[in-house]
Amino acid sequence: MTYIPAETLAAEAKKTWAEVSAKKEPLKPKDRMAIPAQEMPSQDPAIRRSNMEEVALGYSAEEARLEALRCLQCTTAPCIAGCPVSINIPGFIQAIADGDNKKAIDILKESSLLPAVCGRVCPQETQCQAPCTVGKALKSVDKAVSIGRLERYVADWERENGLMEIPAIKPNTGKKVGIIGTGPAGLTVAADIRREGHDVTLFEAFHKPGGVMVYGIPEFRLPKAIVQKEIDTLTAMGCELKTNFVIGRTRKISDLLGEDGFDALFIGTGAGLPRFMNIEGENLVGVYSANEYLTRSNLMRAYDKERAATPVFDSERVAVLGGGNVAMDAARTAVRLGAKEVYLIYRRTEVEMPARVEEVAHAKEEGVIFHFLQNPKRILSDERGWVRGIECLRYELGEPDASGRRRPVEIKGSEFEIELDTVIVAIGNDSNPLIRQTTPGLETNKWGNIIVDENGKSSIERIYAGGDIVLGAATVILAMGEGRKAAAAMNKMLANS
Amino acid sequence: MGACNEMNRILDKKRLSETVYSMRVEAPLIARERKAGQFIILQLCEDFGERIPLTVADADPAEGSITIIFQAVGKTTRKLAGMDVGDKIAALVGPLGTPTHIENFGTVVCVGGGIGVAPLHPIAQAMKAAGNTVIIIMGARNKELLILEDEMRAIADELIICTDDGSVGRKCLVTEPLKELCEQNPKPDLAVAIGPPVMMKFCAATTRPYAVPTQVSLNTIMVDGTGMCGGCRVTVGNETKFVCVDGPEFDGHLVDFDNMMNRLNSYKKQETTDHQCKVGTKAGEPA
Ligand SMILES: Cc1cc2nc3c(=O)[nH]c(=O)nc-3n(C[C@H](O)[C@H](O)[C@H](O)COP(=O)(O)OP(=O)(O)OC[C@H]3O[C@@H](n4cnc5c(N)ncnc54)[C@H](O)[C@@H]3O)c2cc1C
Ligand SMILES: Cc1cc2nc3c(=O)[nH]c(=O)nc-3n(C[C@H](O)[C@H](O)[C@H](O)COP(=O)(O)OP(=O)(O)OC[C@H]3O[C@@H](n4cnc5c(N)ncnc54)[C@H](O)[C@@H]3O)c2cc1C
Ligand code: SF4
Ligand code: SF4
Ligand code: FES
Repeated sequence: MTYIPAETLAAEAKKTWAEVSAKKEPLKPKDRMAIPAQEMPSQDPAIRRSNMEEVALGYSAEEARLEALRCLQCTTAPCIAGCPVSINIPGFIQAIADGDNKKAIDILKESSLLPAVCGRVCPQETQCQAPCTVGKALKSVDKAVSIGRLERYVADWERENGLMEIPAIKPNTGKKVGIIGTGPAGLTVAADIRREGHDVTLFEAFHKPGGVMVYGIPEFRLPKAIVQKEIDTLTAMGCELKTNFVIGRTRKISDLLGEDGFDALFIGTGAGLPRFMNIEGENLVGVYSANEYLTRSNLMRAYDKERAATPVFDSERVAVLGGGNVAMDAARTAVRLGAKEVYLIYRRTEVEMPARVEEVAHAKEEGVIFHFLQNPKRILSDERGWVRGIECLRYELGEPDASGRRRPVEIKGSEFEIELDTVIVAIGNDSNPLIRQTTPGLETNKWGNIIVDENGKSSIERIYAGGDIVLGAATVILAMGEGRKAAAAMNKMLANS
Repeated sequence: MGACNEMNRILDKKRLSETVYSMRVEAPLIARERKAGQFIILQLCEDFGERIPLTVADADPAEGSITIIFQAVGKTTRKLAGMDVGDKIAALVGPLGTPTHIENFGTVVCVGGGIGVAPLHPIAQAMKAAGNTVIIIMGARNKELLILEDEMRAIADELIICTDDGSVGRKCLVTEPLKELCEQNPKPDLAVAIGPPVMMKFCAATTRPYAVPTQVSLNTIMVDGTGMCGGCRVTVGNETKFVCVDGPEFDGHLVDFDNMMNRLNSYKKQETTDHQCKVGTKAGEPA
């Protein structure tokens, strides 16, 4: 992909829009398909390599309306089935095409509480945009209608114009609900339950709310101000927020349900236990989990070397191990923190990488060097016990495994070394055992995820759960979807009790 | 920004030695829950401040306060030392970590070096309360740097003080009386050693030949303190453990101290400290 400056894209869109809007007769499907897919304007890779500001700049009004006109308004709307929260996609897109952004945001909000976030971070190419008729007709999912970008466009329009409203709240019921964890799952539940007039208290272990959206996903992909705005809305609705409060330590679940008088609880504590590979050298100085590296940079703001008290390595040569969003975020953060060379080592090929396509493209533009079909064997130490390099093995693709992906098989004797000073392990997260260990009777599966029924209810009455603590490391939209489902069941339970 | 804690007010501040301070801080929930061996993480400014772990040295659940004892070694601890009664600590979270396993073992030797005496104090107290005979060995570089002597004396069945220069107690390293105790019959049933990593390393090396079980409390670098980042990890008997959740106490005979000390130095370059001497760090280091 070659980089096209934002101004060029905007100028082209203006011209095309003038042509399209000058047409007297309504657009036919053929005309719609002829409108060029609108690229997302973004910061110049050469510049953004050394700043933390958001990479994707968002559509201009013309770009948005043109992209919206590409939608064929299919009667069957296969895109809706691809969205985990079933947003009325053709509906909100038609409103954008009509220039009625207010109507568009209202439609979005019927199903999604965090459109500005999901529009940015959903893996659209495997969800809503995968079945899109336009993409199918043009034989490339890249050419599908950019549903996520349009979603972001309206959400940003609402926020930037100061139009975000505090939802109406029903009269106080006197019931009290505790929400543990302030990631997308917890925030969603808080909003839906507070609206029914129940008291809501959110508990967060960290000093800042937002979960992975603030400590994991970097500023250049999801500005913290957007998440903060959502939290401000919750506090304006009267939700109480208790930060620096670890459930299982500061208070236990049984205390909350007992002495503290909560009528129901929602557990949305995420998947925050970093996996390591158990290879030689993993505890050398210079080996980070992606969680640690990203938390230092994002939450503790180590990138702001002048002001932040928390340090992070001044690395020269970095290897990131893994192929998901977490790995991309770590690699792109390393670039921004000044590393000269950043390698991403993944044991399958690019096709199998679970990261969002856009993040992979952005990482490449920013100079991250991809090593496919390789896997580390051990991390090499210098005489001081610091990382000196990594020994890798080459792989080839063999038979498909249970997940349907072809399994990488090591090539015997293919060992080789890469010289490095930093290794970042981004091979996934398991669930934190703290709540499980301190809550007798709470059933979990063999991965430590809380077992819930179809309403999000756990094995203990009045305790619900959702998001990554139930699903394993998943996505923002799934966490939000589960949150809404659990909140609905909790509201029903509270109304009947 | 989110709810600022109304708590965390500094109620009392004492200077125990040149660089060691004791503070009583309002923290009712932590005071109620904390057990010996647990710690808190604090932050002096939520936007740019660092999160640092400190042991809960004592607590008063009735008053709703905890006591922290810390050595001003770097950015955050020095800034904390500069705060006054009435000031509020921006963020305080806890109690974290697994509490010390307390039972009646018989005879327990508690070895504290330098600032390590602070985290040792609640453990010695709990061991005593559980019916153990408690022998305490305290080490420091010199008389001025010795902290909590009266408090420890009140607990100890026997108290041995060692200084590097002999200005008080015996002129030796803490490992010397520890070795003597191990040679006695019956030997101690348990040793608990807390202090600078080198001291703990050599205490463990001292007790190993006598097979006296030895607990150490590791003071690794931490970020979240809840098991999320892995920054605090150590190698214990060839397994990776997270100090903030699996510890901070471990079997001293299994800890890879060299790796741990290395990891503690990870940010030496970035931490622009003026290399002020760290009080008592040499205690226990073999001559
Ligand atoms: C680096 C990174 C990049 C990602 N990129 C994407 C992406 O591009 N798109 C996408 O859809 N998804 C992405 N994800 C996944 C997505 O962020 C998660 O699926 C989602 O945040 C899960 O939401 P949650 O509400 O379940 O939990 P989290 O967001 O994990 O929030 C849980 C919160 O609970 C708190 N907590 C935990 N234990 C306790 C306790 N005992 N007491 C009090 N509080 C507690 C935590 O501190 C945390 O704030 C990414 C994840 C990471 C780590
Ligand atoms: C579970 C636990 C309990 C602790 N309890 C206490 C306590 O009760 N009292 C107390 O004074 N200290 C205690 N510590 C150590 C304390 O956390 C560090 O001294 C503190 O983080 C230093 O922060 P700083 O910003 O002032 O110094 P920095 O500017 O971060 O560092 C100053 C110097 O100290 C070194 N250093 C950094 N972190 C640590 C560390 N964790 N341990 C030792 N040296 C370090 C650095 O390499 C540097 O040379 C404990 C640590 C842990 C993990
Ligand atoms: S929420 Fe995600 S999946 Fe649903 S329409 Fe929006 S971008 Fe697509
Ligand atoms: S499938 Fe594509 S073209 Fe059809 S309605 Fe959905 S977004 Fe529009
Ligand atoms: S401090 Fe982060 S896992 Fe222990």
